[in-house]
Amino acid sequence: MVIAAILAGGSGSRMGNSAMPKQFLPLGSKPILLHTLEKFLLHPEVERVLVLCPHAWISFTNDLLAEYLPRGMEVTVLAGGETRNNTLQNALDYVDAHFGGGEDHILLTHDAVRPFVSHRIISENIASAREHGACDTVIPATDTIVESADGTLISSIPERKMMFQGQTPQSFRANKLRSLMAQLQADEAAILTDACKIFTMRGEAVAMVRGETHNIKITYPYDLKVAQALLGLEQEPGDD
Amino acid sequence: MIDVIYRLTAPGRFEIAYEELPLCEDQVLLRPRWLSICKADQRYYQGNRSPEALKAKLPMALVHECAAEVVRDPTGRFARGALVAICPNLPVQTDEFIAENYLFSSRFRSSGADGFLQEYVLSAPDRLIPVPQNTSPEICAFLELISVAMHSISRFERFSHRRRERLAVWGDGSLGYITALLLRTLYPQARLTVLGTVEEKLSYFSFAEERLDVRRVRLVEKESLCDHAFECVGGAGCRNAINQMIEAVAPEGTLALLGVSENFVDINTRMVLEKGLRLFGSSRSGVADFARAAAVLEQNPILGQYLERLVSRVLPVRSIEDLHHAFLLDGQQSFGKTILRWEM
Repeated sequence: MVIAAILAGGSGSRMGNSAMPKQFLPLGSKPILLHTLEKFLLHPEVERVLVLCPHAWISFTNDLLAEYLPRGMEVTVLAGGETRNNTLQNALDYVDAHFGGGEDHILLTHDAVRPFVSHRIISENIASAREHGACDTVIPATDTIVESADGTLISSIPERKMMFQGQTPQSFRANKLRSLMAQLQADEAAILTDACKIFTMRGEAVAMVRGETHNIKITYPYDLKVAQALLGLEQEPGDD
Repeated sequence: MIDVIYRLTAPGRFEIAYEELPLCEDQVLLRPRWLSICKADQRYYQGNRSPEALKAKLPMALVHECAAEVVRDPTGRFARGALVAICPNLPVQTDEFIAENYLFSSRFRSSGADGFLQEYVLSAPDRLIPVPQNTSPEICAFLELISVAMHSISRFERFSHRRRERLAVWGDGSLGYITALLLRTLYPQARLTVLGTVEEKLSYFSFAEERLDVRRVRLVEKESLCDHAFECVGGAGCRNAINQMIEAVAPEGTLALLGVSENFVDINTRMVLEKGLRLFGSSRSGVADFARAAAVLEQNPILGQYLERLVSRVLPVRSIEDLHHAFLLDGQQSFGKTILRWEM
């Protein structure tokens, strides 16, 4: 089974003065989360769609789905965790409990705030996760990446042509992901911010899927303006 | 949902645009799967339209020949995953006498409205035609072109007298091939002549009794070559073609004009008058023409073999670079259709 887990766990603390988590902000006629969900719900290979959101926002999310989701579409809303790893673990636990833990499911994980994900990116994630066990959606870095160990001085400048920027989806064979997560030490888990890193830390291959520059993550008010501009929407007065 | 649209913004330049598609309960959501490039698309891509036309039409998503997969049909008429052809004509009214493709109020995808170079497409269910089960998706990609040929034949049947023993098609390109093939199928007793200028292309028309290179044959000597004729030449060549037809068609015959020309065309009206010829225009098609074309394909499985010869290449498209590659290759070929396996 191919399952998409839409990660809407962020509290939205970087989103200026908006009190609402950013995935719930409107973009055009509906909240950002709904745009993202539709991309997965309409993809013919995706069989189940889960949304993992902060516990306090579960009922709100369900209300939004009832209001905006077109007839005949189903989404399961689950509580996310404290960290991205915890959220991922909750998704895996749900998959085990409801779709069979022994089955070789493909799990696509995607940021709720990336509504511009394309059909091609989803298709290639599914194919790549099946073939390689794990994949990450990336675009070539256009800016030079600078590494600094102490935040003051540059410790190295990696060669740009070898640098890529990570997007989502990140997709996995669920069994493989589960087994690698179970091996994580507490100190490793504490610093892990990226699911694909769980694979690379253990020397497991992660394939790259070509992303798109437009597959932006709506994190800051600026990003929301970009998203509105991409859709040709009028900017709301006072959007700043 | 957010749809990704690949629009031509200037000759040779595609750009990505986004639009929110409302998932309405009376519209079918489709995913274009198999597309086919038409000469009209190439005219935009290569900039062979007037500056005024380019300014008026662009930016616009090209391609109006498409077989698409049904993603969501709230009306319940089509199963999810079903392959359908989409009629690119978008009428907003009906008329007792004027067909949907001749109404000035109608819009047309890839000429005034976005074509099918999109991630998803919304369509009213009455614009969708189930593709024939016995026909490959590569051929279904250009069911629109087949329906254009079918439309001209349906009009010919309305306008022409019933002596249809000798039929002729001018034009050795894809539209000429399809029109001739349909005439062969619908009028098996008629003597079919195809006239062109490239011997190699004419050799593809193996189903016609006679294949004539107009540069080598003196048509005046062949007076009354046919009872009725179809012009599928267009462009700069259609002046010669139409005047040859006027000479070669028997009195009271019918001339169907299908080829698009950017210029005015001088024709021998004296002989049109003397012979009492009927010239009629035929452009694009409507849903009924799609349905008739699909039915003829379904009833005549051998057509699939003949139409397969028209498929010159099938190219997967996963990026804008792939799209340029497809248009450039298509622009270099003299015969056949370039099919896009759309994976964007």
